[in-house]
This record gives sequence, structure tokens and C-alpha cells, in this order.
Amino acid sequence: MLRVTITISLKEGVLDPEGQAIAHSLGNLGYHEASDIRTGRIISFTMDESNHARANQKVAKMCETLLVNTVIENYDIAIEDQAEDK
Amino acid sequence: MTNVAVISFPGSNCDRDIITAVNHITGTQPTQYWHKETSMEKHDLVILPGGFSFGDYLRCGAIAARSPIMDEVMEHVWRGGFVLGICNGFQILTEAGILPGTLMRNKQLQFVCRDVTLSLHHTQSNAILGQCDDNRQLVIPVAHNEGNYFADPDTLKKITDKEQIALTYTNTGAANYNPNGAINDIAGVTSDNGRVLGMMPHPERKAEAIHGGLDGHYLLTSIIEAAS
Repeated sequence: MLRVTITISLKEGVLDPEGQAIAHSLGNLGYHEASDIRTGRIISFTMDESNHARANQKVAKMCETLLVNTVIENYDIAIEDQAEDK
Repeated sequence: MTNVAVISFPGSNCDRDIITAVNHITGTQPTQYWHKETSMEKHDLVILPGGFSFGDYLRCGAIAARSPIMDEVMEHVWRGGFVLGICNGFQILTEAGILPGTLMRNKQLQFVCRDVTLSLHHTQSNAILGQCDDNRQLVIPVAHNEGNYFADPDTLKKITDKEQIALTYTNTGAANYNPNGAINDIAGVTSDNGRVLGMMPHPERKAEAIHGGLDGHYLLTSIIEAAS
């Protein structure tokens, strides 16, 4: 079993008004050192697969067909072995 | 007589309004399809109504765009059929790759629900607008949280050159004439064959005198006539 974590973020150059609003609010709280804030989404799941390369290929296809809007979003796939429950 | 179909997804909530509006124009009842259906008769015009299909989960329209009925809609498009996507219907058409670009969250991060003034750009590239008068401005309401049209520079150039930008928010001088931050004030785009239109405003909400205006009725009538 593998644990898959997909991090989806807006592409560079795509306006992120939510990120701007968060930056503004952090600024109000005195955290002026935080800038260029970008928001995104994490999708994680357990996958019945043992081969990392094969899993990666399948997950990339899931991203391209449903999970990610490639017009505005990038994605990053992380796959690790899931510790078996005893 | 134009033969119209309306598709309902779980969470569609403008399907009955558009059915009523179409019925008042054509005098016949549109055929209604549920998203799980895997076959569709031949229709002149297929309408994807507004609403919040699948609760806007994942991204607006993303899950609806992968519904079984969308294979039929795609086939209808390939045959050169006419399609109108309103609001969530527009989002579904972009998610399905039938229309270019995408609809992002409104720039001001707020749901917007009010009348907007629209300019028509009726060219040879958008047959679906039928006999619409290019000089006529339309006042039709929007009601959405994700209507901020976006396309990458290449796509934007392509749809501009091919005259696929069918509707824009008119710069009336008001600071918020563009209700959502849409790039180039885009409110509606057509497919490259000009027969599929996606638009954020709701023409079915200005379709009877009691709605306070008939501009939606005017637009829908033109589209229905174009599709006949």
C-alpha cells in the first residue's frame, strides 16, 4: 500500500485573491515578513499499488483528467510506503 | 420548432427556470435529462443550467463535466449541435474542455448577485447569437462566486483573433461594472465553431415582464431561433 499526497497550487502569474486577502490579514496582525502568499489544496489517499513508478504514472493521469485544472493549476505528487497496520 | 434539451445535475437549481423560459418562447416543453443518463435523442439545442452541481466540490463544474451524460453532450457538439451553458453550465463546459479558459473565484472574494450591463459581439464566429443586434446592450443579472474568466495569453489571443468573445461586461463608468475581475471583461465565450456559448449571466432571470426586464428573453429567443 502506498500513501499518495497531491499538492495543487495556482500557476505562477495566476492571480490569487485569497492569498492576497490572507497576506493583508497577516499584515494587520503585524506579520509583515510574510509576502507572496499562495493558497492551494492537498488531496491525499491510500493506493492499492506497490510499484512507485506505476503509481506515479496513474496518479499523474488522475490529476490530468479530474483532480487538477491545468489551465490555472500546477500539481506535485508525493508517494510514500504506508506503514502497515498491525 | 427548435427541439431543446435541458440537463440536470445534482445541485442544478436553475433548470426549472430555464425550462419555463424556453417553454414560453417555443410553446413546447424541453426534454429534461438526468446526469446519469447514457443516451440522448437528437436535439437542436442542449442547455446546461446554472446551479451548484455536486456542491461545487473539487472545482465548480469539475465533477459534472465527467458525468455520463457529458459523453452525449460531447457527441452533440461534434455533430455541430448548439449548446448553451449558463453560469454553472459555463463552468461545466470549460471543465469539459468544450470551451476555452476557466472560471476562477471572483476577484473580490464575494458572491455577486445583481444586474450587469452586457455588450454583444455578434460576428460570423458566433452563429449561436442568431439575429442578435450587435448595437444592443443587455441588462441581465449575474449570481456567482466563481465567474472570474481566465485564459492564458495564447488562448486569449486565439479567442480574440477568432472573435469567440461573444459577451463582455460593458464599461458603464461604474467602478464595479465588471462584477468579478474577469480578464478583458469577458462574460461569455463561444467554441471555435461558434455553436457553443458559455455565459455567466442568467438570461432566464430576465425573461418575463415580472422579472423587470426582457433582455434575457431577447437573447434566448435569438439563440433558439439560431439553433432551429
